[in-house]
Amino acid sequence: MSQGVKEVGLYVRDQDEALAFYVGKLGFRVHTDVRNGDYRWLTVQHPDQPSLQLGLFKPGPPVLDEATAQTVHAIVAKGAMPPLVLGVDDCRAAYERLHAVGVEFTQEPTSRYGNVDASFRDPSGNGWKMIEARL
Amino acid sequence: MSADSASQAPELLRRLLRAKDRMDAASHEDWPVRRLARVSRVSEAHFARSFKRAFGVPPHRYLLTRRIERATALLRDTDRPITEIALDTGWESLGTFGRTFRDVTGESPGAVRARARAAAHELGRVPACFVSAAHRPDLTIAVSEKRRREATDINGSEQKEIP
Repeated sequence: MSQGVKEVGLYVRDQDEALAFYVGKLGFRVHTDVRNGDYRWLTVQHPDQPSLQLGLFKPGPPVLDEATAQTVHAIVAKGAMPPLVLGVDDCRAAYERLHAVGVEFTQEPTSRYGNVDASFRDPSGNGWKMIEARL
Repeated sequence: MSADSASQAPELLRRLLRAKDRMDAASHEDWPVRRLARVSRVSEAHFARSFKRAFGVPPHRYLLTRRIERATALLRDTDRPITEIALDTGWESLGTFGRTFRDVTGESPGAVRARARAAAHELGRVPACFVSAAHRPDLTIAVSEKRRREATDINGSEQKEIP
């Protein structure tokens, strides 16, 4: 069995909306989508990175009480969750493709010291930096 | 986070974040409340108060910290003349830039440039976009208030906050 990080979770405001974004727009694949009552375990993975699952979780009961869930929703909507980084081969091409399908970019591709990066947010407010790293 | 901002609807916060993102993307531009309110789809009357509740600082002061952050990065990472940096980061003159920069950071732009050059690049492994954020000034009070407190000659004169 391989060791290492297997799954990292994000909080999203709506799991169907997040699924449409991460799978329909970013091109991730569904790894697991299991429901148990109101609870839904939903993870996606990058097609080039099958070893890591990205969980898309809605804060709420039974895991979190309503008040805590409301606080988490507010933190996500304010863009206060930690930065996420997506590596791409060609930042400008990825920007054109994602911008065309309506991804909300907060920074257009910018060259810095040989790297090119851009920024976008998912519908919930989670912020991604998209980086084309120098080879 | 204060209970105050937790009581704001996530849908509103998400739209306020959009105004903050727009200032981040173009901090050199003018961002009157009318323009920001339109981005967030809230009334002008509610925008500034809602923004401050959500993010802890009034929108114009947030913009100021982003301008100073960007100017600091340009002072550190480029050889461009300070006047050019001032105009590029949203100030109308070198004088206003220098005065505001000193009031916020406690140092002149030239001193920051000299010190940054002397320092080792210990943040070299952090992506450049995040390094910049690490140098953002933490402006918890209005610049006018900061000036007032630091003034040796307290004569009660009113100064307009910039920008």
